[in-house]
Formats: sequence, structure tokens, C-alpha cells
Amino acid sequence: MSEITVDKTLDARGLCCPMPSVKTALELERMGPGEVLEVLTDDPVSKKDLPVWAESTGNEVLDIIEEEKTIKIYVRKA
Amino acid sequence: MTDKKNEKGSVTLVVFSSEMDRAIAAFVIATAAASMGMRVNIFFTFWGLNVIKKKGGLIRGSNWMQKMLNVMNYGHARRLALSKMNMLGMGPKMLKTMMSKKNVPSIEEFIKTAHALGVKLYPCEMSMTVMGLTREDFIDECEDVMGAVSYLSEARESSVNLFI
Repeated sequence: MSEITVDKTLDARGLCCPMPSVKTALELERMGPGEVLEVLTDDPVSKKDLPVWAESTGNEVLDIIEEEKTIKIYVRKA
Repeated sequence: MTDKKNEKGSVTLVVFSSEMDRAIAAFVIATAAASMGMRVNIFFTFWGLNVIKKKGGLIRGSNWMQKMLNVMNYGHARRLALSKMNMLGMGPKMLKTMMSKKNVPSIEEFIKTAHALGVKLYPCEMSMTVMGLTREDFIDECEDVMGAVSYLSEARESSVNLFI
């Protein structure tokens, strides 16, 4: 996969359900179409919830990268 | 997020209880649904009105029975009991500490987030009349008072209806 250009980063580490999705929604609202938000989270449920969230809102999860403690989820605004 | 027929669906919650734990459940569902673009209406009725009451104003109502009820039922977002293990108020204090350690929002924070997401909070007209409360007794984030018929017209359009 080609390199993803990140327009904004949301640090949602330490937050648990439903806040990562809620904060992502609020953050994306302030962004323009096609822009990519990088969501940093340590909540394992987000791996499942954010793709479901993206599908139901019409946005797109480009990639999920798991590091030691942090999960990076890349969401592109529709 | 506010048009009446939302293609992403809508959620209508009735919050009848005044307990913090139940209110958290309601706000978790409400904020998650709103983040998904769903229309969310929360209808607070009877004891549930405490969740959206303003702080202060211990004595409310116009006759002695209403005043007595409101004194005994005093509560607001920061002062809600638990449905289990309340232990004269120790339970909520401990739970609040545990929640803030895990970064779970408090009811007040949930109300602010829900409001920012366009969640509508409605106090129930009938309970207010019985208890002698007015719109001024409720927080600014609240919408206008709602009656049962308006609630049902919202509930009828909703795919998720919960009574908490």
C-alpha cells in the first residue's frame, strides 16, 4: 500500500468506548472531504468499532496499524 | 444530524431512572449513535428529570407536597445515586474515581458531548407539572418541554427505542 498522507492526528489514547468513535466523528466534522485523519488509540475495541462506524457514516478506513501499545487507524472523510 | 427523517436512522431513549449508572448507559448509547450520524432524542421523565436538572434550587414547586418531594428527590448531573451499591453516597464517589481513572466521561461531560453531537434532550411535561418544575429548573442544553404525543411521533420514526 502506498504511503498515506495524514492531514490531522487525533490522540484518543486512554479513552474507551464510545469516545474514540465520538471524537473521530467530531474531528472529521471539522475536516474537508478526502482528508485523512490518523486516530491513535489503545482501546482494542476501536479496531472493530471504527470500521463499523466508518461504514455506517460513509467514510473509509484506509488502514489499521498495530504497534506495541498504540493502534493507528487511518480514516478518510467521504 | 437534525432533519426529521434521517437515512441513517434514529434512536429514541426514555430515561425514567435517576441513577448515575443508568444515565451513563443512556449517554454511551446516545453519543455512539450520534457519532454514527443517527438522530438521537432523549426523553427524560419522572425520576430521570434529575439527570438534566440545574444544580441548586433545593426547594422547588408551589405546594408543600411538591416542595417536600423536590427536597427529598434533590439531584442533578453531579449528584446521582447508583442503582446498586449506593452505600449512602460512597458508591457513586468510588465509581466516579474509578471512571475518571479510565477516562470514562462523567454525566456532565457526556451531556456536553451529546449536545455537541446534536443529541436532543427533552424534559417530560407531565412529570414536570406533577413535581412543580419549570423549564428554568433544567440545564441550558435541554430542548423545549415535550409531551407524550410528540415523544411517540419521534419514537414511531425510530428504529431503536429504549426505556432506561
